[in-house]
Amino acid sequence: MSEQSAPGADGSGRPSGRLLEVDDLRVEFRTRDGVAKVINGVTYHVDAGETLAVLGESGSGKSVTAQTIMGILDTPPGFVTGGQVRFHGKDMLKMSAEQRRRIRGEGIAMIFQDSLSALNPVFTVGFQIAEQFRIRRGLSRADAKKRAIEMLDQVKIPNAKGRFSNYPHQFSGGMRQRAMIAMSLALDPEVLIADEPTTALDVTVQAQIMDLLGELQRERQMGMILITHDLGVVADVADRIAVMYAGRIVEEADVYDLYGKPAHPYTLGLLNSIPRMDEKGQELRTIKGLPPNLMNIPSGCAFNPRCPMAQPVCREKVPPLLQLGSGRASACHFAEELVNRD
Amino acid sequence: MTENIIEVRDLVKHYPVTRGIVFKKTIGHVKAVDGVSFDLKAGETLGVVGESGCGKSTLARVLMNLEKPTAGQVLYKGQDISKLSGGALRRLRRQIQLVMQDPYTSLNPRMTVGDLIGEPFEIHPEVAPKGSRRGKVKELLDLVGLNPEHINRYPHQFSGGQRQRIGIARALALRPEVIVCDEPVSALDVSIQAQVMNLLEQLQSEFGLSYVFIAHDLSVVRHLSDRVAVMYLGKMVEVGTEDEIYERPTHPYTQALLSAVPVPDPTLRESKAIIRLQGDVPSPISPPSGCRFRTRCWKAQDLCAQEVPLLQIRPGSDHPSACHFAEKREIVATHPAA
Repeated sequence: MSEQSAPGADGSGRPSGRLLEVDDLRVEFRTRDGVAKVINGVTYHVDAGETLAVLGESGSGKSVTAQTIMGILDTPPGFVTGGQVRFHGKDMLKMSAEQRRRIRGEGIAMIFQDSLSALNPVFTVGFQIAEQFRIRRGLSRADAKKRAIEMLDQVKIPNAKGRFSNYPHQFSGGMRQRAMIAMSLALDPEVLIADEPTTALDVTVQAQIMDLLGELQRERQMGMILITHDLGVVADVADRIAVMYAGRIVEEADVYDLYGKPAHPYTLGLLNSIPRMDEKGQELRTIKGLPPNLMNIPSGCAFNPRCPMAQPVCREKVPPLLQLGSGRASACHFAEELVNRD
Repeated sequence: MTENIIEVRDLVKHYPVTRGIVFKKTIGHVKAVDGVSFDLKAGETLGVVGESGCGKSTLARVLMNLEKPTAGQVLYKGQDISKLSGGALRRLRRQIQLVMQDPYTSLNPRMTVGDLIGEPFEIHPEVAPKGSRRGKVKELLDLVGLNPEHINRYPHQFSGGQRQRIGIARALALRPEVIVCDEPVSALDVSIQAQVMNLLEQLQSEFGLSYVFIAHDLSVVRHLSDRVAVMYLGKMVEVGTEDEIYERPTHPYTQALLSAVPVPDPTLRESKAIIRLQGDVPSPISPPSGCRFRTRCWKAQDLCAQEVPLLQIRPGSDHPSACHFAEKREIVATHPAA
């Protein structure tokens, strides 16, 4: 399935600028207490210039997928047990460490949620950005510094020259996130993975950072994977959305379709359970129960114990992610009914 | 007219900044809360919003009498709480309880749920005599939607949302009149957050509780609050009913804050105008002169640097705002889509 199907998918994908494809990825964590099946067949792709939002709650596997793409999964306990991650059609999981290292930064780069722990506290921010130019591009110290200052300037850090020799703790949260964006974009990656980039920030700063990311993405025609749990942020910036639950994609759709008419009861439940600022509702309609234990995922559809629409078939058969036309897909036995309801 | 259960008058809380280890020298003060006044009526929810560092959590600590105010007063039914001691203080503590943000660190991992929720009864034995305590704890567990049979479990056996319910049960144990909630749902996932918010509302109507609800999430605050106070750098910049603040904000900071909240509706992308603030919040050690918001405000004039704007009702508006140039402005994000 892997080697044969790859060129075909690739051939059809390349003209539209398909950059990254995750195909039926499976990851498990082997711990003392048992095996947690964290990713159970995730498939998604990103094209040049588009923003794919991966939406899910804690434990849905959205960050682990990203870590597997970047090759920074902690092994052990995490093990890839199946599937492919193709960058320009080539399976990265089969590459040598050296080949993968070359893709990191230049091909795919990542920014993290917690900028204070993602930056090295004992080196200056400038040094950490310039380091990439010296090692990967072979520039001299002076040239690398010049380029690093340009990068800091591009992410709109005031007084970039003076800030070059500051340490991470001397930056505010928003500034630090900007510095991390500068660092990840230094080698001009084709795909940027942003893992909860604004979760730790205040709303006014969040708006600044999301603006900046959007602007840089348009300039560079990057593909972006935005990992988040915030339905508000997603509505503002995403082109397409993949909703994850218990290590699977349960729904994938265009942003307008997903908010207009969700095709999976979990998505519908999420949308109903957020308090909205434009309406003062009485009681929030919640999703009952708790997310499943990944060591013991319910049989059939993983969402069935919490689902208001669950039928006997949901406990027996795992619903596959089926196309519903117009680029949307849902992994629910009753997706058609959901979409066609009024 | 409903009575005020808590009255806060010109509350100030400064923390000294010191230098040196043996010979400590105070080199400045963090002005965490700097002149805040408000009332809390019986049975109402007062939302307090603001960004990190605006002093909202310090306010909670002073309300709880965990910190003594530098100046000003917190009056509980007319009594200054910082002047109480001994039995009077203990009686007061029964009436004001706290729910904390992080359900992971606010519960002692070595105590069972039964001990955690039952601990308040040790300190206030008059509420529940010894024999009846386990029964009371089970009642409380049931009340917050947990299984009473889990009374012997430890906190790590519960999920984040369930732990927050334990925290709420513990706050309810002594049947308080006021609960101060400091970011009670911000550590929780969306689907769990909604469950906890519904629980808080249900408990309020059942027991007639008053809440001081501190949060940075403006949608959550709107959903739960009757009145809302917006804080910036230790001061309140605008106070009003939920409707006044969200539909007719007059302070530029409130307007910017509201406009920056992402709305879960992609069709609003075009019509939404985000007011973009420049830069970061200034240091509370040396806040700007005059209006503290002026360094990031697009309306700032010379007057703003010279004169501190008072929190008062201004012409053309129906609620207090601390801006010399207060003016109504509609924020798309807070209006229902047509």
